[in-house]
Amino acid sequence: MSARAYNFAYLDEQTKRMIRRALLKAVAIPGYQVPFASREMPMPYGWGTGGVQVTAAVIGPDDVLKVIDQGADDTTNAVSIRAFFAKVAEVKTTTRTAEATLIQTRHRIPEHPLTSGQILVYQVPIPEPLRFLEPRETETRTMHALSEYGLMHVKLYEDIARHGHIATTYAYPVKVEGRYLMDPSPIPKFDNPKMHRSPALQLFGAGREKRIYAIPPFTEVVSLDFDDHPFTVQEFGAPCALCGAEGVYLDEVVLDDKGGHMFVCSDTDFCEDRRAQGFGPQVTEAAE
Amino acid sequence: MTSEPLLRVTGLEKMYGTRVGCRDVSFELWPGEVLAVVGESGSGKTTLLNTLSTRLAATAGRAEYLMRDGVWRNLFDLSEAERRLLMRTDWGFVHQNPADGLRMTVSAGANVGERLMAVGERHYGRIRSTAVDWLTRVEIAADRVDDEPRRFSGGMRQRLQIARNLVTHPRLVFMDEPTGGLDVSVQARLLDLLRGLVSDLGISVILVTHDLAVARLLSHRMMVMKDGLVVETGLTDRVLDDPREPYTQLLVSSILMV
Amino acid sequence: MAATLPSLSLSGVSKSFTMHLQGGIVLPVVRNVGFEVHPGECAVLSGPSGVGKSSLLKMAYGNYAVEAGAIRIRHLGEMVDIATASPRTILEVRRDSLGYVTQFLRVVPRVSALDVVAEPLVARGTEVETARARSRDLLARLNLPERLWSLPPATFSGGEQQRVNIARGFITDHPVLLLDEPTASLDARNRQVVIDMIGEKKAAGVALLGIFHDEDVRDRVADRLIDVALFAPEKAA
Repeated sequence: MSARAYNFAYLDEQTKRMIRRALLKAVAIPGYQVPFASREMPMPYGWGTGGVQVTAAVIGPDDVLKVIDQGADDTTNAVSIRAFFAKVAEVKTTTRTAEATLIQTRHRIPEHPLTSGQILVYQVPIPEPLRFLEPRETETRTMHALSEYGLMHVKLYEDIARHGHIATTYAYPVKVEGRYLMDPSPIPKFDNPKMHRSPALQLFGAGREKRIYAIPPFTEVVSLDFDDHPFTVQEFGAPCALCGAEGVYLDEVVLDDKGGHMFVCSDTDFCEDRRAQGFGPQVTEAAE
Repeated sequence: MTSEPLLRVTGLEKMYGTRVGCRDVSFELWPGEVLAVVGESGSGKTTLLNTLSTRLAATAGRAEYLMRDGVWRNLFDLSEAERRLLMRTDWGFVHQNPADGLRMTVSAGANVGERLMAVGERHYGRIRSTAVDWLTRVEIAADRVDDEPRRFSGGMRQRLQIARNLVTHPRLVFMDEPTGGLDVSVQARLLDLLRGLVSDLGISVILVTHDLAVARLLSHRMMVMKDGLVVETGLTDRVLDDPREPYTQLLVSSILMV
Repeated sequence: MAATLPSLSLSGVSKSFTMHLQGGIVLPVVRNVGFEVHPGECAVLSGPSGVGKSSLLKMAYGNYAVEAGAIRIRHLGEMVDIATASPRTILEVRRDSLGYVTQFLRVVPRVSALDVVAEPLVARGTEVETARARSRDLLARLNLPERLWSLPPATFSGGEQQRVNIARGFITDHPVLLLDEPTASLDARNRQVVIDMIGEKKAAGVALLGIFHDEDVRDRVADRLIDVALFAPEKAA
C-alpha cells in the first residue's frame, strides 16, 4: 500500500485544523491544558498518540523530523514514529538535534541547546500535575482557574518528610509564566531548567487524556520548591564512560551479570557527536 | 468588648424546589461566641450550616460577614475565589466524619500544613514545626507527624481535623456534629479540648448538633430548629433549663439525664 | 435602709411555667415580686419549699425567663435588666458582676478542681497562675484535701463538690452574689467557713441574695428575710 492512501501526515485536514486551534489557544495561555478531540491513532495509547497528533498537525513537507525516546533515536518507539512520518508525510528525518526543525520526544530534552525556530513536541501520559492528590477533575480545574496550588507543595512536603529531600526526580512540577502549574511530562527534573526561557516552541500532547498545552519561546518556567529545600538537578559522580561529557544526563548500562556497569549519555546523538569530534573517556577515570 | 458582630444573617432561606430547607432565619454572631443549632434530623440545621458556609446557595436573604479588612460583605455576593479563600484562611469547617475533612493518604504534618502552603508559606522547616506545635495542642504526639491519618483512631482523626482547621487562626468555624461518631469517653476528651481551644483563641463557632449535652458544654447561645424554622432562641442554659416552646420542651424532656 | 443605691432590684416580676407536654397547663410560680438588695447586705428568701425561691434566683441569673417585670443588676455602674437583656449582655454581666453558687456542681470533663475554681477569674482576664493561687487559698480554706485539687470533681462526694462550687462562686469580686443552699451538704466546720466568707463579702460591699434552709446559718448571715409566700400568685391576685 502506498502512502498516497493517506492524507498528508495521516490526519485529515479538519482534524489538523482542530488540533491547530487547540495549539494556538495553548500557546496563547502558556501552561493551560486545552481539551482537544483526540483521535484514534494506528498505535496504542501510551506509545505517544498525543505527541504524534500534535506533530501531524504542525509538520510541513519541508520539516526535518527527529524522534527520541528516553534520549535515544534508536529505540523501538522512536524508530517506528520516525518511520511513520517518513511514510505518511514523506519528510526528511534526522537523528541530529541541530539539523531537526521538529523533534518529538518521550522523557528527555536533547542536551544540544535548542534554537529559535525549532519545535519540541512532548508525549504526555498524565497532563494533570494535581491528579494524584485531587482525583476530581472538576476540583483540579477550579484550582487551576483560581491559581490554588498549595496542594502541589503538599506533595513536595511529603517527599521531604519521607525521604529528607524532594525525592520527585521526574515529572517535577513547574509554574509557567508565574501562572499555571504544569506537568512537564515524565522528563527527568535534570531537564527542567532547559525549559526555562527556551528559544524553541514547546508543545505537549496527551492523547488518552485529550489535552494539549504549550510553552511559547522565552517563557518563564520555574520548578516548585521550598525556601529551605531549593530545587536542584541530579548530579552524576563520573562523566560519560564513552564520550567523557560532564553535566549531562547519564543512563546506567549493565555490562555483564557480575555487576559490571557504566554510565553513558542518555542522549545518544549528543554522545556520538562528541565522539566524532574526538572526545573519549576521561583518562583519569580510566585508571581503575 | 467588640462593638460589632462578625456575622449578620437576615431572612435566610434555602428551598429545595418547593421543599423548605430552612426559612426566615435571622441572627447575629459575635466574635468569640459559640452558637449551637439544635434540632432533629430534617429540622434544617445542616442545611443552614451548609448555606452559611456557602457550600449551598441561598434562595433568599443575606448573610453579611465582617471581612478581615473590616469591610462588610454579603457572603452570597462573593466570587468563588473569595469564598474559597475564606474557607481556607478565615474559616474552618469540622465535619462529623473526619475523612471528609482530611486527606487520608498524606501525613498528619501535611494535613495541618496544607492551609499554610495554600496561603504561600514556602519554608518546609517552619511548616513542619507549626504542624508539630498544632498536633501537640490537639494532644497528638509529635512523633506521629509523619503518619497518615488512616492509621489514627477516630478520636485522633477528629483532633487532627481540628488542628488542620485552626492552623490559620480562623475567626469563624463551622462544626457539623463534631463528636458524632465517637465513643462517649473519646467525646468527653474532644469536647474539653474544643472548649479550651475555642475560648483561648476567641473563635466564633456555629455548631450543629442533635446532642444537647454537647450544646450545653460548648455553646453560649442556642437556636432550636424544627421544619426549617427557628422555633426558639436564647442563652443556652436558659433554653435548656426553661424551654418555652412546645417543641423545645419535647426535645429537652427526651434526653437522658446523666 | 441604707442610703446607698441598690445593686439588685426586682419590680413587678412574674413567672409561670406552661407545660406544653401536659396539655398546656399553666403553673403559676410568683407574681408581682418587688424588692431591693443593697451593697453589703445579705437578703435571704424564705418560705416553704415550692414557693418559688429557687426560681427567683434562677430568674435573677438569667437562667429562667422572666414573664413580666424587671430584674436590674448593677453592672459597671449601670443597672442592666436581666429580664430583657440579650444573651450576650447576660453573659457579660455574669462574667463581671453576677455570681451564682448552686447546690450542685455542673462538672466539665477532665478539668481539675483547681481550674474549675480558677476559671471565673481567668475568664475575666486574670493571669492563670494568679487565679490558681487564689483557687488554692480558697480550696484550702474550705478544707478540701489537697490530693483532690488536681482531679476533675466528677467523682467527688456531694460535700466535696459543693465546696468546689462555693470556691468557684466566691473567687471573684462580683458586686452581686446569688446563693442557692450553699451549705446544704456541709459539716459544721465547713459551714462556719462559708458563714465567715459571706461575712467578708458583706464587708466588701457585695449584695447577696440567698436561700438557706438551715435556720442556724440563716440567722447568722441574713440581714433581712424576704417572705416569698407573699408573692404567691393566689395571694397577689
